[in-house]
Amino acid sequence: MDVIEEQQWEPKILAFCCNWCAYSGADLAGLNRMKYPENIRILRVPCSARVNPQFILRAFQKGADGVLVAGCHPGDCHYATGNYYTRRRFQVMKRLLEYSGIDPRRFQAKWVSGAEADKFRATVTKLCEDVKAIGPSRKLGGSK
Amino acid sequence: MKRIGVFICHCGSNIAATVDCAKVAEAAQAFPGVSFSSDYKYMCSEPGQEFIKDSIKKYDLNAIVVASCTPRMHEHTFRKTLANGGLNPYMFEMTNLREQCSWVHSDIEKATAKAIDLVRMSVAKVAKNEELFSSTIPMHKKALVIGAGIAGMQAALDIADAGHKVVLVDREPTIGGKMPMLDKTFPTMDCSACISTPKMVEVAQHPNIELMAYSEVVEINGFIGNFDVTIKTKAKYVDHAKCTGCGLCETKCPKKVPNEYDLGMGLRSCIYKPFAQAVPNKPVIDAQNCRKLVEGKCGVCAKVCPTGAIKYDDTESFTTDTFGAIVMATGYDLFKWEDVYGEYGYGKYPDVVTGLHFERMVNASGPTGGKLKRPSDGTTPKTVVFIKCVGSRDSAKGKSYCSRACCMYTAKHAHQFLDKTPDGNAYVFYMDVRTPGKGYDEFYESTLRDGAVYLRGRVSKIYQEGGKLIIKGEDSLIGKQVEVTADMVVLATAMVPSAGSRQLAQTVGFLPDLNGWYQEAHPKLRPVETPTAGVFLAGACQGPKDIPDSVAQAGAAAAKVCGLLSKSQLETNPMTAKTNTAICSGCGTCIPVCPYKAIQLESITERDHHGHRITRNVASVNNGLCQGCGACTVICRPGAIDLQGFKNDQILEEVDSLWM
Repeated sequence: MDVIEEQQWEPKILAFCCNWCAYSGADLAGLNRMKYPENIRILRVPCSARVNPQFILRAFQKGADGVLVAGCHPGDCHYATGNYYTRRRFQVMKRLLEYSGIDPRRFQAKWVSGAEADKFRATVTKLCEDVKAIGPSRKLGGSK
Repeated sequence: MKRIGVFICHCGSNIAATVDCAKVAEAAQAFPGVSFSSDYKYMCSEPGQEFIKDSIKKYDLNAIVVASCTPRMHEHTFRKTLANGGLNPYMFEMTNLREQCSWVHSDIEKATAKAIDLVRMSVAKVAKNEELFSSTIPMHKKALVIGAGIAGMQAALDIADAGHKVVLVDREPTIGGKMPMLDKTFPTMDCSACISTPKMVEVAQHPNIELMAYSEVVEINGFIGNFDVTIKTKAKYVDHAKCTGCGLCETKCPKKVPNEYDLGMGLRSCIYKPFAQAVPNKPVIDAQNCRKLVEGKCGVCAKVCPTGAIKYDDTESFTTDTFGAIVMATGYDLFKWEDVYGEYGYGKYPDVVTGLHFERMVNASGPTGGKLKRPSDGTTPKTVVFIKCVGSRDSAKGKSYCSRACCMYTAKHAHQFLDKTPDGNAYVFYMDVRTPGKGYDEFYESTLRDGAVYLRGRVSKIYQEGGKLIIKGEDSLIGKQVEVTADMVVLATAMVPSAGSRQLAQTVGFLPDLNGWYQEAHPKLRPVETPTAGVFLAGACQGPKDIPDSVAQAGAAAAKVCGLLSKSQLETNPMTAKTNTAICSGCGTCIPVCPYKAIQLESITERDHHGHRITRNVASVNNGLCQGCGACTVICRPGAIDLQGFKNDQILEEVDSLWM
C-alpha cells in the first residue's frame, strides 16, 4: 500500500451481531435514521455464543481491520446463558490477539440490547474511529 | 451445483435513494454461483413475489437471495414465496439493505459499495445452504395469563370463551388490578367498579378459568406450545376450601393497619380482603402484622371462625403446569414523585396527593365514603390545583414519555371536583392537552365549560402557609408568573412498569425496553407479540394505556393465543443443532453448555474398520427442545455438532467473501 492508497484507505470492520439484541438494536438505529460509518459489515448469528473464536481469527487473517462481537446484556440472553460463554471466551480472546501481535483495540465484544439503537451507533462509530487511528491491519498481508 | 438468483429491492425510495440498486444487481451477476440477478421496486409486493417465482422456473434457480429490509421483517414472507415457487424455503438468505445500510448512511457511493459487500456475503452463505425440514411438537392447549387487572381478565375471558383452558395468576389477594380502585371512567363517567367487578365475578365463575390469586410465577422453562411453569401460591393462613367469606374474623380482628387498597388513607384488619367486592371473596392474613403470627398471642380470628378455616401453620405452596401460550398483563405502577420532586415538597405536605388518592377519596367505597376531604384536617377543599405531567415528559426528573391517560383523568378529576363543589375553583397546570380518543376532546371541552381554569405552564414551587398550599408557577400563554392559594393539590403522576416486571420478563426470556415496558416484537406489525414465540402482551405492561386501549389489546393478544391453541401441533424451527455421529467422540462436553437440556448421549452400534461390531456413545440433539443458539457448536472439540442454517462453513464463507 503506497502513501496515496493509505490516505484513501477505508477500514473494513466485521460485526457479528446476535439476532435478538445487537442485530435488532442495529435495525432500530436504521428505523431511527441514525448515522454511522459505512465501514461496518454486519453478520447475523443467532446468539453471540455461536461466534467461534476461530471466525474472528479467520477474519483477521483474511484482512479485517476490526471485528466486533455484539450480543445481549449478561443476564438478558435470549437463550438464557449464551452470552456468559461469550463474555468468558472473548476476555481470553483479547489476550490471545495481543499475544499474536494484533492490536487488541481492533477487537471488541459489546452488549447492545434491541432497544439500544444509540449504543449500537456509538459502539460502531467508536470502533471505526479507533481502527482508523491505528491504521490498516497489515498482519499476514491484510488490507491489500 | 447452486444456481443462485439475486433480487435487489428498492423499497420505493427507502433503499434506492441511498443505494444504486441497479449497480448492486449488476455486481451480483458476477458473484460465484449467481445465475440471475435483478432489481425491482417492491420485492415483497405480489408482483415482486411473482417475479421471484417466475425467475425460479425461467432460470432454473435453486437458491435465492433477496436484498431488502431486515430479515426480522420479511424473511418469513420470502420463505413462503420460495415454497410456493417449488423450492425448499431454507434455500434462502436475506440481505439487510434498508435498516442496516440505506437508512444509516447518506453517501451513495459508499453505501452502494457496502451493499455490494453485504449481498456478496449472502450469496456466499446461500451457496452452502442445505434443504431443511420442520418436524412437529405437541401443543399444550392451555394458556397462562400473568396479571389479573382489566387487561389480564379480558384476555383470560376471551381465551376461555373460545373454549380453551386458562390459568389466571395475580400476586394480590384479589384480582381486578387498579380499575376497581378508580371512581369513574372517562369520557362516559361510568362507575368503574360497576363495570370491573362483574368482570371479576365472570372470571371467577368461568368453567375454563382457573384463578390463582395471591400467587406468583417463579420459573418458566420450555418454549412455545410447551412452557413448563412453576407458580408459587403465598401462605394465606386461611383455608379457602373451608372459608365461607362471612367476614366475622375481619370485624373481630383487634389490630388495624393502613389499607393498601386506599393507599394508606383508611384502615383494615390484619385478616382482610382488600375491598368488599374482592375476588376471591375470602380473606388472607397479613403475616407481617398479625399478632398471632408475629407475637404468638391473640388468635381471635381462629376462635370466631364458624368453619375452622384459620390455619396459622399455612405455608407457601408450589404448583407446576404446562402451557402452550403465555399472556403478560402485569400492568403499571405510579411514578414515585416523592423521591425526586423536592419543589412539590417530597411528599411531606399531606394535602399534596396523587390522582389515585383522589380516585379513592371521591369513591363511595373509599376511606371518606366519597366525600372529598383534605387528608390534613378533614375539611372540604374549595380550591384544588391539578398538576399534569409529574414525571411524564420530564427527562430531567422522571420519564421522557407521555403517560397517555393523565390529560383525560385530570379533566375528569376537575369535572368531578366542580360537580361536588359548586362554589369550588379548579386550576389545571398543563404542558399540552392531549385528547386523541373517541369523545375525549369533547369531554375536555365540557370540563372547561364547567369552569376549570387551565394554565399552560409548569409549577416551580409548592409550599405550605398556614393551612393553605401556595402554588407558584408560570402561565406561559400570558408570559407571567402566577400564584394560586389552594386547599389541595392533585398530581397526575407518570405510569411506570409495575414492580418486579423486569425480573419476570427475564424469567420468561425476553427483554423490556429502556423504560422497563415490555417490548413488542414489531411496533407496527406485531404489537401484541414479544420476541419470544408464544408469549404475548396485554395492557399497560407494554406502555402507558387507558382502559379502552388495554381491553382492545387484551382482545388482540387473546386472538393470537386462540390461533395458536387451535393447532394440535406446531412445526418446529429446523435451524437446530445436528451431530455428525461419524466424528462425534462422545465426550459430552456439549451437554452442560446447552441451556435447554436438548443434548443427551445416545448409544449407537456400528462396525469398526476391522468389521467388528462396536457400541459407542454419541451426542444426540432433541430438535424439539433445541432452540438453535449454537453454543454447543463452539464448545465441540471434534467439530461434530453444527448448527443448521448457521453452519461453520456458511459463516466462514460469509467472512471470507468480504476479502475476496
